[in-house]
Amino acid sequence: MKILVCISNVPDTTSKITFTNDGTTFNTSGIQYIINPYDEIALSKAIGLGESGQGTVTVINVGEANTEASIRKALATGADEAVRINAAPRDAWFVAHQIAEYAKDKEFDLILTGRESIDYNGSQVAAFVGELLGIPSVSTAKKIEIANHTATIEREIEGGKEVLSIPLPIIAGTAEGVAEPRIPNMRGIMSARTKPLNVVEPIDVPVLSNVTHYETPEPRGTVTLVDAGDVEKLVDLLHNKARVI
Amino acid sequence: MSVLVYTENTDGSFKKSVYEVVSYAKAIADSSNTSLVAISIGNVDQSALASLGNYGASQVLNVSNDQLKQFVNQAYASVIAAAANQMAAEVVVISNSFSGKGLAPRVAAKLEAGLADGVVELPHIEGSKMTLKKTAFSGKAFAIAELTSAKKVIALNPNSFELRETGGTAEVVAFHPDIPSGDFTAVVQDIVRTTDKVTLPDAEIVVSAGRGLKGPENWGIIEELADALGAATACSKPVSDAGWRPHSEHVGQTGIAVSPNLYIAIGISGAIQHLAGVSASKTIVVINKDPEAPFFKVADYGIVGDAFDVVPKLTAAIKAYKGL
Repeated sequence: MKILVCISNVPDTTSKITFTNDGTTFNTSGIQYIINPYDEIALSKAIGLGESGQGTVTVINVGEANTEASIRKALATGADEAVRINAAPRDAWFVAHQIAEYAKDKEFDLILTGRESIDYNGSQVAAFVGELLGIPSVSTAKKIEIANHTATIEREIEGGKEVLSIPLPIIAGTAEGVAEPRIPNMRGIMSARTKPLNVVEPIDVPVLSNVTHYETPEPRGTVTLVDAGDVEKLVDLLHNKARVI
Repeated sequence: MSVLVYTENTDGSFKKSVYEVVSYAKAIADSSNTSLVAISIGNVDQSALASLGNYGASQVLNVSNDQLKQFVNQAYASVIAAAANQMAAEVVVISNSFSGKGLAPRVAAKLEAGLADGVVELPHIEGSKMTLKKTAFSGKAFAIAELTSAKKVIALNPNSFELRETGGTAEVVAFHPDIPSGDFTAVVQDIVRTTDKVTLPDAEIVVSAGRGLKGPENWGIIEELADALGAATACSKPVSDAGWRPHSEHVGQTGIAVSPNLYIAIGISGAIQHLAGVSASKTIVVINKDPEAPFFKVADYGIVGDAFDVVPKLTAAIKAYKGL
């Protein structure tokens, strides 16, 4: 089985998010980049399937040269080879086209990615790639099992889960529960240096949308403290002042 | 020309978030001087379909056949794109629900439409260009995005737009689009609902608890408070990581982002990743015994006190106020 894992490079979850140039530019100063945590789940699942004799794992990232640290980490974690599409990831539509272009003639049985990236929160890539390749897509998979070239997937729905059975090839966006995140060991880090990392130039994609600028949430006023012995006061405030109950 | 809204049903009925997207789509139709058409897929009864008129749909396309009884995103996307083409819809509005997230990109790709998802406000319309505000960086910021394509798909976050009753009525017509047979390879085997209560992404009130609760056996007081308020329950990441509560309750940067009217955080210190997931809440109440907990800095109301003492008292006070 051939597995493709799509990873993106995102600011570490502890990052304070600020903007410069009148809110038009994300301030990267002091920001540490990591593999998107949901993509790490996808990667760990793929490596697990690979180890159980079910195949090879290729990692793909759409990014400029500065993402190679994350790609090497994915190789160190256990992926067999990597591809970097040499372009800034403009939006999900652009990224999905690059992934679909790469994957279209390589007969991957399973394509995994995170359910969303923690920077743009689009949850779009899996379904876009599915549509572009003409294969089924599942967003927000909580559990994935592969047997007899068929995937059994639990998908998150409001207030519960849905169990789907789908013949491969498919693409799925992974959420917590699919696999425990893996950490590279020393042997993995050493071997990652010699694993192939191919750089491919991007294709042109029509621009349908663009982000003009960013805003940060309005700061809240100072907290109104209520005495622990006077919870009725809180109920009164929530009813009469905040008007939320 | 028209605006098309997809009205997702849950076991044959519509939830509040559906009336939100219809109200939102109606506002866009009004500002574009056009009419709103709704599309429903699956088995929904006529009175529920007609109720969409009360929120501004003038027509409802009803696609009801056994093959489409359950959600299969490829087939549903084909149906919605076919409806958009037939109605010459320039804008398609979809709820940013779990199913909507799997659907909107496929619909957008079929229509070669620009897609804005996680949208939280009405668009600013200027000629054929639409500017929308959407969540980014897991609630730490908003991105202002322009859609420049002729057709546009908007996925609206739950709890972002108020219901607007118009008192109108909708004409329900059957719609029979051609659907490629290759759209049906995914088969739904089972649907398991773990809660019959209000679900987290849709909830207007959320009661959330963290490690301060000390163990899963202590969640009774959280559930009692949630029941008294008609709220959904949630938790912090350490709690779901420890297996005290399911991952589906984990609110935060790598969990679910929520935007309820009222978020009550109990025994949660307020790590930056957790705050990202709740910053869109309209009112935040924090109950924590540590007065230095960072959560108090972003709260509207706070009580410094022991959860095991304060929460049962608060539940009793809520019940008394509601006359329960």
